[in-house]
Amino acid sequence: MSNARDRILILGIGNLLWADEGFGVRCVEVLGAESALPPSVRLMDGGTQGLYLLPYVTQASHLLVFDAIDYGLAPGSLKLVRGDEVPRFMGAKKMSLHQTGFQEVIAAAALLGRLPRELVLIGVQPAQLEDFGGSLSEPVRGCIGDAIALAGEVLASWGASLRPRTEGRVDADALAIDRYECGRPSAALACRHGDARFLPAGEH
Amino acid sequence: MAAYETQGFSLDDSGRRVVVDPVTRIEGHMRVEVNLDENNVIRNAVSTGTMWRGLEVILKGRDPRDAWAFTERICGVCTGTHALTSVRAVEDALGIEIPENANSIRNIMQLTLQVHDHLVHFYHLHALDWVDVVSALSADPKATSQLAQSISSWPNSSPGYFRDVQSRLKKFVESGQLGPFMNGYWGNPAYKLPPEANLMAVTHYLEALDFQKEIVKIHTIFGGKNPHPNWLVGGMPCAINLDGVGAVGAINMERLNMVAGIIDRSIEFIDQVYLPDLKAIASFYKDWTHGGGLAGLSVMSYGDIPDRANDHSAANLMLPRGAIIDGDLTRVHEVDLRDPEQIQEFVTHSWYRYADERKGLHPWDGVTEPNFELGPKTRGERTRIESLDEEGKYSWIKSPRWRGHAMEVGPLARYVIGYVQGKPEFKEPVDRLLSDLGLPLEAIFSTLGRTAARGLEASWAAHKMRYFFDKMIGNIKAGDTATANVGKWSPDKWPAEAKGVGFSEAPRGALGHWIRIRDGRIENYQAVVPTTWNGSPRDHKGQIGAFEAALMNTPMAVADQPLEILRTLHSFDPCLACSTHVMSPDGQEMSRVQVR
Repeated sequence: MSNARDRILILGIGNLLWADEGFGVRCVEVLGAESALPPSVRLMDGGTQGLYLLPYVTQASHLLVFDAIDYGLAPGSLKLVRGDEVPRFMGAKKMSLHQTGFQEVIAAAALLGRLPRELVLIGVQPAQLEDFGGSLSEPVRGCIGDAIALAGEVLASWGASLRPRTEGRVDADALAIDRYECGRPSAALACRHGDARFLPAGEH
Repeated sequence: MAAYETQGFSLDDSGRRVVVDPVTRIEGHMRVEVNLDENNVIRNAVSTGTMWRGLEVILKGRDPRDAWAFTERICGVCTGTHALTSVRAVEDALGIEIPENANSIRNIMQLTLQVHDHLVHFYHLHALDWVDVVSALSADPKATSQLAQSISSWPNSSPGYFRDVQSRLKKFVESGQLGPFMNGYWGNPAYKLPPEANLMAVTHYLEALDFQKEIVKIHTIFGGKNPHPNWLVGGMPCAINLDGVGAVGAINMERLNMVAGIIDRSIEFIDQVYLPDLKAIASFYKDWTHGGGLAGLSVMSYGDIPDRANDHSAANLMLPRGAIIDGDLTRVHEVDLRDPEQIQEFVTHSWYRYADERKGLHPWDGVTEPNFELGPKTRGERTRIESLDEEGKYSWIKSPRWRGHAMEVGPLARYVIGYVQGKPEFKEPVDRLLSDLGLPLEAIFSTLGRTAARGLEASWAAHKMRYFFDKMIGNIKAGDTATANVGKWSPDKWPAEAKGVGFSEAPRGALGHWIRIRDGRIENYQAVVPTTWNGSPRDHKGQIGAFEAALMNTPMAVADQPLEILRTLHSFDPCLACSTHVMSPDGQEMSRVQVR
């Protein structure tokens, strides 16, 4: 089924400074570190760039998105949705820092008549979103492997196979998960004890 | 609140309160409450940032050379400019000079961001406050073509082209996928464009969406990756080898030629599409003169785009620097970001705690300790506020002041300062635009003035990209290929204690990062972002910030359709750019407006 003209974009979206919001970006980080990708596949840490991601989306024939989404499931549950279901799920709850942005990207691509032919979203139900400066919660971190395995199946069905990376690991940057976590200031230093939020978790 | 006077505005909260609450958590949300008099004119405005970002406290103890990467993630819309400001702060603290090529590349990247951001802002975040999409569906494509050809030589202007776009739009709207158009108050009487102008603008909205894919290539070429380019304390992390080949490795002539082509096309698009559209739209809104706020009173710019590397004096900065206060347009004051008496942040009405809240703190001595408490007149509950008490604390945004004055920052502030300084490249385009529209100079102090200044600046920025591109090529051909100075990369070459400040003119206004370094680690980091200046709550003297001031005295056509409020707030390109897209509990976008 592989087509020489296919352009597959794997996009991790979310804010990695915001606990489980970082899921999508971390999936892309792990995928890039562990796997060798065929030339038709582009891996991208999309952050919270919203509409600025449109140029990449409109140039893709296949789009696979990792994101943290509130599906109302148990924390750490993975869910895969396809096609028309994707924008609907991305707007399921007013939870994400960036979801509106990405829903708009999909709508704008549709308006331009350049929506990717295949659209898949691999989402995780977050456990912790209120911890600014924090990292992934245990349940969410624990399902990165499964999320990547799911992505592997999707990619295989698109004719692109992942292979283990044997050489040339990219240097870990300042935001790579290990450095990010070990450099976090203590709760006292960072005043986290005083963090009374305007809208507590129950409101989302 | 008793009625009172401040900065020439009469505040009165006795009328109905209208709450425009985006409720979403995108890029730091924002909520606005206004009081309307019996004629639906805004007589009191309360602007609040409802999310605590606390960037400052997550950077404590980290490696200063990494700070840019964190600051790049604070916000989805001004990534690069935070990174630039951060590396400048660290370089200032450690006395690191950067090579000329690095300065040119940084300028090109910053100018690219200005162009990209202004374009996306105008067409995608703001135009629909003036342009009625639904009305575009009833336009006559032939008349639209005539209109387009009368204002620009842009080639995509045939009746057939507009007919195609119109039918695509119809199909899209009929499919129920309103997407970006879901949020509008279509049909509101405050929309003044004829259907043909609406169709032309919507068509260019689509072209601008598409044009983005050109612009972003520049960041990939110089920043190595997109959408989060790499930055480096000491220069830029890209090598130059003009004789090289290919799309990876050192930057070569092939890729520089690509940059040159993108610059040409950016200039063309802005001068032939963006500016003519701006003028055409403005010509239908000449009577809508609201939203000036602080623009004619108190404006400030730190300046940016250093011509030569390592010289941050006002004379070397191509974007103007200075402050105008109290409406005195004859005098531009010097701005010094290091002077503890000039820039100070107050928290009297912000959810933070200072030892003495009657005093402001300079950012080097800044404290970010959250303290969420509500004034006694707050209505609702702590977690579900119906209306805020602006006499108490009411925002997560601090109140920065320059020598005690609330200031507006952004493209209009830059243009007003450049104009008063008599710089032709800022003064002449303003005079030309005003004379073409038959408007007096005062017209610039308005919501539309802000929108117009952004367009003029996009054009200025695109032309300056060309300047720095040519300058860099000349420098490289003269034999200088250096892009980074790593002489002080290692912390063992740093003093035990150091402090620095980095500044830039972000698309939305003056941005400063103040850093203190101790034993190779960040001891304190304070970012005062443009939206902090513009969106600030009141201070200890009751002075209102730029958002609040700009909303004052604006009449609303329909009280429960906050089109005019959004128009004015959007004209600041708030860093809460997405904040008007509101999610209801079932996931549909809406703008919740409570009238009480």
